[in-house]
Amino acid sequence: MADDKDVLRDVWFGRIPTCFTLNQDEVTEREAEPYYLLLPRVSYLTLVTDKVKKHFLKVMKAEDVGEIWFEYEGTPLKWHYPIGVLFDLHAFNTVLPWSITVHFKNFPDQDLLHCSSNSVVEAHFMSSIKEADALKHKSQVINDMQKKDHKQLWMGLQNDKFDQFWAMNRKLMEYSTEEEGFRYIPFRIYQTMSDRPFIQKQFRPVSPEGKVHTLGILLKEMYPAAIPNEGEQKRYQAVIHGIEPLLETPLQWLSEHLSHPDNFLHICIIPVPTD
Amino acid sequence: MCIQKSSERFEGPGFLIGLLLLRKQSRGAAMPVSLLWAVDVYGRVYSLSTAGQQWEHCRDALMEFKRVTAAQQCCWGIACDNNIYLNVHASDLSIRYQEETYENQRWNPVDGFSDRLLPSDRWQWSDITGLQHQPLDSFRLPSGSWEWEGDWFIDENFEGEPTEKGGWTYSIDFPATYTKDKKWNSCVRRRRWLRYRRYKATDTWAKIPSQQSTLPDPFSDISCGGWELSEEPRGRLSLWAVSLQGKVWFREGIHHHNPEGSLWEEVSLPGEVVQISCGPGDLVWAVLWEGQLIVREGIGRDCPKGSSWVVVDSPSPDVGAIHVAVGMNVVWALTKDNKVWFRRGVNSHNPCGSGWINMVGEMLMISVGLNDQVWGIGCEDRAVYFRQGVTSSELSGKTWRVINVPRDGERSHSSASASSLQSAGCYFCGEVRGQSVASDVESDTEKGSTDGATGLVASDYPESLDAPADQTSDGPKPLIPKVTSDSFISELVSDRDSAKTAPSVLPEEDDVPGDGEVTAPSSGAALPQSQSGGPHDPQWSNVDLEEAQILQVQTGLVPESSDTCSLSSVATYTLAMEDQYGADEHPLWAWVSGGGCSVDTHSQLHWFNCSMNSSSLVQSVQSMSLSVSPAQTAAWRKQILEQLSERSKREMDNFRHYEQAIEQSVWVKKGCMQWWRDWKPHKWIDVQFALEQFTGPEGNKDGILFIYYNFCEEKKYLHAFINEITILVPVLNEAKHTFAVYTPERTKQRWPIRLAAATEQEMHDWLALLSVSCCDSRKIQGPPSKQAVWSITCKGDIFVSEPSPALEAMPYPTPCDQMFWRQVGGHLRVVECNSVGVVWGIGYDHTAWVYSGGYGGGFFQGLASSTDNIYTHTDVKSVYIYENQRWNPVTGYTSRGLPTDRYMWSDASGLHERTKTNTKPPSPQWTWVSDWAIDYGVSGGTDREGWQYAADFPASYHGYKTMKDFVRRRRWARKCKLTTTGPWQEIPPISLSDVTILPCATQSSSGVDVVPLWAISNKGDVLCRLGVTALTPAGTSWLHVGTDQPFKSISIGAASQVWAIAKDGSAFYRGSVSPQSPAGDSWYHIPSPAKQKLKQVSVGRTSVYAVDENGNLWYRQGVAPSYPQGSSWEHISNNVRKVSVGPLDQVWIIADKVQGSHGLSCGTVCHRLAVQPLTPKGQSWDYGIGGGWDHVTVRGNSMEPPRFRLPVLSQSVLQVKDVAVNGNAT
Repeated sequence: MADDKDVLRDVWFGRIPTCFTLNQDEVTEREAEPYYLLLPRVSYLTLVTDKVKKHFLKVMKAEDVGEIWFEYEGTPLKWHYPIGVLFDLHAFNTVLPWSITVHFKNFPDQDLLHCSSNSVVEAHFMSSIKEADALKHKSQVINDMQKKDHKQLWMGLQNDKFDQFWAMNRKLMEYSTEEEGFRYIPFRIYQTMSDRPFIQKQFRPVSPEGKVHTLGILLKEMYPAAIPNEGEQKRYQAVIHGIEPLLETPLQWLSEHLSHPDNFLHICIIPVPTD
Repeated sequence: MCIQKSSERFEGPGFLIGLLLLRKQSRGAAMPVSLLWAVDVYGRVYSLSTAGQQWEHCRDALMEFKRVTAAQQCCWGIACDNNIYLNVHASDLSIRYQEETYENQRWNPVDGFSDRLLPSDRWQWSDITGLQHQPLDSFRLPSGSWEWEGDWFIDENFEGEPTEKGGWTYSIDFPATYTKDKKWNSCVRRRRWLRYRRYKATDTWAKIPSQQSTLPDPFSDISCGGWELSEEPRGRLSLWAVSLQGKVWFREGIHHHNPEGSLWEEVSLPGEVVQISCGPGDLVWAVLWEGQLIVREGIGRDCPKGSSWVVVDSPSPDVGAIHVAVGMNVVWALTKDNKVWFRRGVNSHNPCGSGWINMVGEMLMISVGLNDQVWGIGCEDRAVYFRQGVTSSELSGKTWRVINVPRDGERSHSSASASSLQSAGCYFCGEVRGQSVASDVESDTEKGSTDGATGLVASDYPESLDAPADQTSDGPKPLIPKVTSDSFISELVSDRDSAKTAPSVLPEEDDVPGDGEVTAPSSGAALPQSQSGGPHDPQWSNVDLEEAQILQVQTGLVPESSDTCSLSSVATYTLAMEDQYGADEHPLWAWVSGGGCSVDTHSQLHWFNCSMNSSSLVQSVQSMSLSVSPAQTAAWRKQILEQLSERSKREMDNFRHYEQAIEQSVWVKKGCMQWWRDWKPHKWIDVQFALEQFTGPEGNKDGILFIYYNFCEEKKYLHAFINEITILVPVLNEAKHTFAVYTPERTKQRWPIRLAAATEQEMHDWLALLSVSCCDSRKIQGPPSKQAVWSITCKGDIFVSEPSPALEAMPYPTPCDQMFWRQVGGHLRVVECNSVGVVWGIGYDHTAWVYSGGYGGGFFQGLASSTDNIYTHTDVKSVYIYENQRWNPVTGYTSRGLPTDRYMWSDASGLHERTKTNTKPPSPQWTWVSDWAIDYGVSGGTDREGWQYAADFPASYHGYKTMKDFVRRRRWARKCKLTTTGPWQEIPPISLSDVTILPCATQSSSGVDVVPLWAISNKGDVLCRLGVTALTPAGTSWLHVGTDQPFKSISIGAASQVWAIAKDGSAFYRGSVSPQSPAGDSWYHIPSPAKQKLKQVSVGRTSVYAVDENGNLWYRQGVAPSYPQGSSWEHISNNVRKVSVGPLDQVWIIADKVQGSHGLSCGTVCHRLAVQPLTPKGQSWDYGIGGGWDHVTVRGNSMEPPRFRLPVLSQSVLQVKDVAVNGNAT
């Protein structure tokens, strides 16, 4: 029987086949070939696109090159969301590979954060982990770790080292046997139809009466529309890592197994395709 | 001829019938549970399991109880008839007692040997000394709780040898030494007759017969304990009782063969006692009427009764003590104002302690249980409280927490909530009816009993009506349970008050005689109603329909059925409860006993959250099931796994040719450690430690371990390839956290890389990481296979190795030093397995464990461990130190030794100083759980103070002093406990010393085939486990296989050959074992090799190997299907500690004195080479991992090696490997 460890591996090694094409407006010396890459779902765009950048810079003049940014069907892609979240949110139910347009000018300042180097990604990633642990363990676990342990988490993500990352991350996923789970579940619910970036509230894995909270209970509380009423057609899909877990899945288990490396459970609410 | 002589078939009834199918144990591999016992104010007995969530009504308590006192194996109680009752918990292992007597004969020229003895001779039938006349028919069962197992039979076994002469042993004269052979001068002979009796009254309340026809004085309090006083098997108890007149009695002779004890002995007192408490160890405290406390001194192994009393003042100068409860190292007391006090500074050297501390809370009584855990009954609400946070370092605990669980049958309680206007009389009416049933049953078993049960038919109540008539004011008065909420204790007090003419101790109490009178007539009035048995009085109509029906049926059946009696009591209680307390739902308790309840800091109790509300109860059950049952079975989980695999297909399968965004690179982890350097002088030096991991060309992971050190100012390094590392072993070291790294080369040298980390945590992190790395490089993951070879180090760590198909190949087997071992969580002394994946282990504390199918545990967390099938694992072992003394003519033995002597407190070798204070548990994972105590169980024997004598250090010691002895020593033991995790589930409750599982050579795929599994209990009983299959490896229950002496080793091989070794060193073969008759029918005695005592046996397909106490390995010659006992023992090797013969007849041993590069190593795993069907004895040894190994089992490896004809060269190849061919492991 498959083990829960396999879930962690599957989550970590999720890849999205992507086709990068250069924006038509970019000035090039010769035609730019599209670039195909398998992007790790759990990583960040700017962290894994060095090769893409190099590829397109070959056909461009240095003076025409501004900060790189990515766009999908007119939507600028926020690099600080995990790649899998961006894909599930914008391109779920579309044909693969995922077609991303690469830009080197007209950086949309109002939509995107600047990302000058990997250290910006690292800072963002680590702050997410710290925020998650504040919710889970009142920051006790992350604060007990040493600097090198933090580094190990980051290096694990950066170098796609599952073992290295999980050797440390397992500590963040532990909870004492006296409790039924984390203090609060770190989660974020994304939707395309709203201006609000995402929903994030304090939510416990178990009710005060000792009832186990499930994904369904969370959604009912946070985004009631995501749950179809009796006899109603399903309008939304709740997607995590490209799959739709059953609503009765316990939240604590989801948090332990389907969280991104930043320790948040990222849930995308997307409309059911209408075809 | 030879064959005929070598074994003797025993046909005594003990052999033939000694097979007892006992009560099935439905619990199977459940978590070990223990019970908290309590009595409510109505005298009903309840128990609460540590794993449970409700109080279970003890239905077979046929009458009300006043008090109970529990041990783990039994519970004692005082019932309302003032008799003492014992409830021995049923076990698969029955309580058997061996009666013996000797038949003596003398030779005369006319008749030869005859029973005509000389007038000066002993009795014709006598005990072993000859002084006691005891013919066969003089033996009687001690009480109605016993039954004979069979008839008398002759003991054919004489000092481990069959006599072959009808059991007769010969001598020149009485009394003298006997031999089994008749000589020319043999004038007398004798033989031993045996008969077993068995205790049958388990799981029921059996009355302890009173020794006098009428006891002078009924008992009012009782307390058992003292089981930690000696190393005797569980069952020895000290039982103290207090009579209404304030006398104290001690029950003599309670031990595991005699749970009832033999007689009451009065203990002299400085005053009159009201209540007594006896702890598991040597603490006994009692409360005097005047309010002081008395402490028993002089209690010890040889004197469980103690010698004298010391008075301790009441905690409060104004208010006397009313109650005391003692544990191992604690004393709690209550004063008459219900205040709670904790005694400081109590231990076995100072049983009186040093001072009182006032604790929070007001209690009516307190009970101290195992591990010094504390329970109490609250003064306000009469609820049972548990003292939370009691640990060995904080014995007084933190807070009182109410145990809030429903009682069984409380569902009916809520349904009856609409009622009622029942009077107390009605309640008693129901009760009396119940009692009459009870007494019918009782009088069947106890014929002619006048007190107690038959008295109860008439019931307490008429008796109490008569009380003024036939019992004067100083006579004892039966207790009348009151329906008022008065303290049960104060009821006893008030009884006592009425019995004595002394002024009332508790002035606030009601006038007692008046109270009794009020109650009695009402019950008396109710009595005729119940006895009429007529149609129901309208009082019952308020109960809901279903219950009313039950009750009606029940009343109709009262005289016949005892089962339904309990139903009636539930219902009546319900009514009574409603009646008296209306909305107040919680039960009112009178007494609680935690003496059998094992709770420690790791226990997870579900006693506190349940409310009476059934909906929330369901919820809590749900939430528990989530954590307990494997989430794997849930649909949501299955769906996630399926979707993830679909996702991989969808998003990745067609795009495998795409480039990866992140290139794989080398990952390095560094740290600082110490290294035991290779060159002399050996010492620990600081080193830099680094693990470099990378992905190999085929995507396989690999790595290199680097150890950077300085040598003569020069930086150097040592390295090991991860894929060459064969094992990572934690090493026991007092001062450091060390582990050893072996490669095949280092295994040959017996010289591993020894490393020490700064902290235990750091070591565990490294071990886990390196272990994952090693497993990755060898592509080993998940649980071990069914063929796996298991082994255990002397530290108790468990290792498992996947055998390569070529491991048993001929002529080129995989060298044993190349086997890769990975660790599995847990701590065991013995592990045994078979080829269908049934694996059992036995801990140092003799606990039996079954492998759960998981992997990891212990320090393997996260990725290196499975998420389910990992459970808490505990073990207890003893740490020993020696106290050494030398004799001098002036002062005798003192702790002043010669300057050349060893330390006066030392380890076994005498080379290292070990004092009581500086000796630590083996590692920080272990914690002390007892104090230092003298160990009397040392080989060679000890005197009464535990001393062993010798002419000088170091020498052989004996247990008595002679003129030539100038030194003596004694061993002190202290227990420590480990709590860790591992893929093991406990199999309670019987402790084992050995276990064996049939190695199934053919793979049975169904998983439902019954797997024969035999074991030896730690008392030496032979057991056969029923219901073991590949799917239910824990089995269901034990079948006890009778033997006439304790056994120590057992092994079952192919074709159901069961071999066993008795404690006296002789071997036995069990005849006629088959799937149809899993326990066989009789034992065949197999003589041991000349002058050797065997200690262990292992049986494979056809091979039978045994190891003796001098380290010799023996092969049984001539074993054939037609003659499975074989003909003789053939010596194979020496320096062997243990042997494991596998399903292919492969032979593996643990050998001592194996040569390495730096000396001899002890405890090495070795493999017998060239074992073939025609040469089952093999040729030579191949040396594997070690030293420091204690156990190995290859009984799971049924993988037939690839077969091919050996070329002629093979002989020379073997000789290269041969270190010593001719039967010598060195």
